Amino acid sequence: MSTLFDVPGPVARRRMVWVNIAATVAVAGIGVWVLTRLGAKGQLDAALWKPFLTANPWVNYLLPGLVETLKAAGISIVTSAVYGFVFGLGRLSSSKIVRTVSGGVVEFFRAVPVLLMMIFFYLGLGQMRLIEPSDVPLVAVVLGLTFYNGSVFAELIRSGVHGLPKGQREAALAVGLRDVQSLRLIEVPQAVIAMLPAIASQLVVILKDTALGVIITYPELLDAARRYGAGNGNILQSLVVAALIFIVINYGLTRLAEALAGRVGRRTAGEARAEAPTLVTAIGKD
Amino acid sequence: MDDGFLQQFLSLFDEFDVLAAFWVNIQLTFYAAIIALVLGTVLAVMRISPVPSLRWAGATYVTLLRNTPLTIIMVFCVLGLWGQLGLTLSPDFQTNFFRLAVLGLSIYHAAFVCEALRSGVNTVPVGQAEAARAIGLSFWPAARLIILPQAFRGSVAPLGNVLIALTKNSTVAAAASVAEASGLMKTMIEFRPDVILAIFLTFALGFVLIVVPIGLATTSLSRRLAVSR
Amino acid sequence: MRRGRLVLALAAAATLTLAGCSSGGDDDADAGATSEETEASGGAEGTIKIGIKFDQPGLGFQEGSEYTGFDVDVAKFVAGELGYGEDQIEWVQSPSAQRETLLQNGQVDMIFATYSITDKRKEVVSFAGPYFVAGQDLLVAADDDTITGPEDLEGKNLCSVTGSTSAQRIKDEYATGTNLLEQPGYAECVTALTAGTVDAVTTDDIILAGLAAVPANEGKVKVVGNPFSEENYGVGIPKESDKCEAINEAITKMIDDGTWQELLDKNVGASGYQANEELNPPTPAACA
Repeated sequence: MSTLFDVPGPVARRRMVWVNIAATVAVAGIGVWVLTRLGAKGQLDAALWKPFLTANPWVNYLLPGLVETLKAAGISIVTSAVYGFVFGLGRLSSSKIVRTVSGGVVEFFRAVPVLLMMIFFYLGLGQMRLIEPSDVPLVAVVLGLTFYNGSVFAELIRSGVHGLPKGQREAALAVGLRDVQSLRLIEVPQAVIAMLPAIASQLVVILKDTALGVIITYPELLDAARRYGAGNGNILQSLVVAALIFIVINYGLTRLAEALAGRVGRRTAGEARAEAPTLVTAIGKD
Repeated sequence: MDDGFLQQFLSLFDEFDVLAAFWVNIQLTFYAAIIALVLGTVLAVMRISPVPSLRWAGATYVTLLRNTPLTIIMVFCVLGLWGQLGLTLSPDFQTNFFRLAVLGLSIYHAAFVCEALRSGVNTVPVGQAEAARAIGLSFWPAARLIILPQAFRGSVAPLGNVLIALTKNSTVAAAASVAEASGLMKTMIEFRPDVILAIFLTFALGFVLIVVPIGLATTSLSRRLAVSR
Repeated sequence: MRRGRLVLALAAAATLTLAGCSSGGDDDADAGATSEETEASGGAEGTIKIGIKFDQPGLGFQEGSEYTGFDVDVAKFVAGELGYGEDQIEWVQSPSAQRETLLQNGQVDMIFATYSITDKRKEVVSFAGPYFVAGQDLLVAADDDTITGPEDLEGKNLCSVTGSTSAQRIKDEYATGTNLLEQPGYAECVTALTAGTVDAVTTDDIILAGLAAVPANEGKVKVVGNPFSEENYGVGIPKESDKCEAINEAITKMIDDGTWQELLDKNVGASGYQANEELNPPTPAACA
């Protein structure tokens, strides 16, 4: 970054000090105003915050909620990976029909809002009575997350393979591997490694999107925080705590993704990237 | 799929104004996109600026907002900003919530716009910045005249991704008391559970029709605008 | 090597998926384990699965690892009359949208979850009771004397949960100029009410009383006490259930011996709320 500007000189540094002081005063001023307002409304009362220092909200609400969040995210990651491999390979298939169908499915589910899918599966599965009603919210959350994130994974695999140098495939064919073998043994493994950072960022998306489950009564962290707050008159405080938990976990995952991006570069012929590919990049390329 | 079914299904559209609901999502997306772009650009400039405190503030904003579920941000906008702090963005009750939802969507996606622009800055060769410094430009002129214009051209594709995410996330505005498509879909399914699949496909297709053109436009735009190097 | 890992991952996926889907399946596992306690506490064998709300303070609420509320206490009494001790009850969360399916699939034996008896619901499930007659009402700030009924809401801010029939009725029949805020839950509404940004919250009076009885809200809000609808809370049971008569007898006994009033006072009395005396306590309807 330092190439973008000259190292600030003494005059600039002095000016910066003043700007910093002014900015700090402004931010602190807004902070004080907000806190005064909240205080006037009684939202800062110790009685509303103190319970979070005791075991009850954690043992009975927040931690079980977090377990549900991690459970939904964990299952979704596995199912998304399976879905992603199937349709990613489908998009790379030598059969035009398989390619077109896989492409259509992937682009469709990347365009539909996850919330819309969750509501549909929640109401639809409840109606069909195929699974136990108490499992409906979890299954709806997992299905919604899988269709979207699996499609993103499929796209990552496809674009990862396309990003490999041509020589990899040519070499594989030259040593006598067939098309499918080249994909399976040479190209996809390298593509996955190249895309690991982007996959890791997508894991943050999955974890964060489990919070949409609150709208379909899945008892995840956000829902648990709401329930605790409902009975204790401190729903805002409870939501702040839930938000902090989400931030800490997601921040950890993001750092992990960044660390991965730096590490895996050497183990693949492709280029390690941390972003998901754009929607419909494929048009005109296949 | 006889005529009766189709007739019945179509009669649903007389009863529920699906287009109006989608129009709300489009409006939410439109306003939030503009505000998020402005705010995100400011954040990106902060993050590449020579002032350490600005860099820190920008990074903190992105870390906090990007890692909080949007649903929580929406609830805070309504219950916190309006409910507790009394922030009123419009004298009209419903417009107020619409604007609060726009605000929530904007501050959340600004963090992603910032990151998209930063990835665009990374595509600008170091030589450009060095040349700018060599001819005596200080940070702000260099950023405004040399770095940002190229960064924008290099980040059209990731910015398109953010716009698509924003379009889909506008459905979460239901949590801020805004009547939009996802809420209407829920009502319609509860009203006519027998045609649930047809209702879902209608709404899903609606989003495909909005999102795919955005994807196509940004893809072709990013090819056209890409700085060939 | 690679293949080995893939197989392992797939197996893990399958296990996780199965675990996720079958968590409801081990209900019967502890049926045998409790038979010893049965003799001490009831007489009936096994356990009984009762559906309640987990998120409605004063009615059905998960408080720590316990469940509290009027619905819960009534359920305990009825279960006791049917021969099930408290340790034989298995509580099942029953969100509004899932109550019929839970009964139809046999996931629960009875539901006590602010479950209004309606003709439409009677098509798919049966009801015992009613054990309480609620009415849609308003919750307002404790010092607010300007709102005495739904017709006073013209131009005021009203809060309810998304898709509430109560709020719709007010807008349609009483005050068309009401500003409606829709929230995911009633607790959010009460937060906005105590902050003064909405003027009233609407739903069934006993639910409002339960919210007002939460210690943190005590003295800050009150139920107006001018109900504008009649909701008969029944005990939801599967269509083929033979328990209807026994449940009705239990309810009648509970009302006659004063337990009903006692439970009502205990759970929502702190709000100062009195049940509508013209309709309460109700007489259970004859079983179909």
